[in-house]
Amino acid sequence: MVAYFTEIFTGLMSLFIGMGITFKEFFKPTVTVSYPYETLTMSARYRGHIELVEDEEGNPQCVVCGLCEKACPSDCISLAGEKPEGGKKKVLTKYKLDFTKCSLCGSCVESCSFGAINFSKDYNLASTNKEDFYFDLLKRLEERKK
Amino acid sequence: MRLTLLNVIIAVVLAIAFAAVNAAYLVWAERRGAARIQRRPGPNINGPFGLLQPPLDGIKLMAKQLTIPGGADRIMFIIAPVLAMFPAIMSFVTIPFSDSIVAKNMNVGVLMIFAFASMGSMSLLIAGWSSRNKYSMMSSVRAVSQAVAYEIPMLITAITVVMIAGSADLTEIVHQQSKSILHWNIFPLLGNSHNILMPFSFLIFFMCTLAETNRAPFDLGEAESELVAGFHTEYGSMGFGLFFMGEYANIVIGSCMTTILFLGGWGCPFGLFPGVWWFILKLYLLIATFIWIRWTFPRTTIYGLLNLCWKILIPLSLFNLLFTAGLLKVF
Repeated sequence: MVAYFTEIFTGLMSLFIGMGITFKEFFKPTVTVSYPYETLTMSARYRGHIELVEDEEGNPQCVVCGLCEKACPSDCISLAGEKPEGGKKKVLTKYKLDFTKCSLCGSCVESCSFGAINFSKDYNLASTNKEDFYFDLLKRLEERKK
Repeated sequence: MRLTLLNVIIAVVLAIAFAAVNAAYLVWAERRGAARIQRRPGPNINGPFGLLQPPLDGIKLMAKQLTIPGGADRIMFIIAPVLAMFPAIMSFVTIPFSDSIVAKNMNVGVLMIFAFASMGSMSLLIAGWSSRNKYSMMSSVRAVSQAVAYEIPMLITAITVVMIAGSADLTEIVHQQSKSILHWNIFPLLGNSHNILMPFSFLIFFMCTLAETNRAPFDLGEAESELVAGFHTEYGSMGFGLFFMGEYANIVIGSCMTTILFLGGWGCPFGLFPGVWWFILKLYLLIATFIWIRWTFPRTTIYGLLNLCWKILIPLSLFNLLFTAGLLKVF
C-alpha cells in the first residue's frame, strides 16, 4: 500500500520536474538558423571544392608546376600556362576542375608547395545540370574579385 | 418562439466560428509553442509571427481532393469526420462563458457535455472501421478502449463536483464557487464540502481530459511511430481538416469544463475586474498547459495508459467520491 502511494507520488513529481525543464527551455533563445535568410560561418577546416589563392596584386599565386594535376587520384584537374614574352615565371591561362569526379581528398592542396590552392567555403552548389560542375577556377577567381 | 430559434441559430453560428478560429489558431500556437520548447523559431514566414499560416493551411486543405480508398465504406467514411466536429460544436451551445454569455443554459449541462463528449470516440471508431486499413482499425480499437477507460474517472470526478454544488447546471456550479478564490472547487476549504483532496480531483480530471481528447502523452490513437497516423491515415483534404478541428475544439471544450468545474468559471480572484475575460484567461492558460504537456512527455504505452486508469485514477476518484459524500453528510 505504501509502495503504491510512493509510486504515484514519485511519478507525479517526475512529471512536474519534466514540465519545469520544458518551461525553462521555452524562454531560452532559439539555436537554429533559418537557412536561406541566415547562414552560419563555415568552420576553418571545411572542405568545399578547391579554389585559387590570389597574391597581393590579385593574380593567382600558381606557377603552373602541375603537381596538383599529378596528385589528383581522379584526374579532376587540368591546367595550362604560358610564359609571357620577357617574363620569368609561367602565368596560368587555364585551370579546370571537374567537380563531378572530385572526392575532396585534398591531395592537390597538400601537393601544392606555393599555397596556390585551398578549399573554398562554397556549399550552395545544387544543380540539375552536370555541366554546372565543370568549374573554371580562373573565372571563379575573377568573379570573387568583383 | 421565433426569438429563441434565432438565438439558437446565432449561438450555433458563433459557436462554429469560435471553434473554427480556435482550432486554426491553436494549431499555430501549438506549432509556435513546440518550436519554442525545442528552441527553434516555428512557422514565421507567412505574415507577422507566421500568423497567416493557419488560413493558408486551411485553403490548402480545402483545395485538395477527398479520396476514398477502394473497399472503404463510403457513407461511414464521410460521416466520421463530421461526427468528430459535431459534438464539439454542440457542446459549445451549453457552455456558459459568463452570467449572460450562454446560448442555452440547461439544468443538465454537465450531462449533456459528457454525452456529446462520448460521441467523439464513435467518430474514431467509425473512421477506423470504414477506412479498410489495418492501422486505422488498430487505432480505433485503441482509441475506444482508451475512451471507455478514461470516461469513468472523469465522470466520477464530475459527479463529485456536482455533489458539492448540488446541481448539474453549469451556471449554478460557477455561482457556488463565486464567493472567493477559496470557494473554487480546486481549493474547496470554504465550500460546501471542505474536501482537502480536491486538488487531486482536479489533476485526475485534467488527465482524463487529456486522454479523452486523444492528446499526447495519451495520443495512442494517432501514434505516428506505430500506426502511420491512426484513424485518419486515409483521410486527406477537409476530412482530415475536420478531424483536426474536432481535436482542437475538444481541447477547448475540455478546458472550458475544467475551468467551470474546478477553477470557478468566470469568477474573479479577490474581486479584481470581474468579467468574461477571467474565463477566457483561465481557458487559455489550461490550453497552454495542454500544449506544454504535449511537448514535454513522450507517448505512453497502451498498457501503461490502461494501468494508469484502472489501477490509479479510478480507485482514487472513487475514494474521493465517497470521501466527499461523507464530508457533505457531516458538514
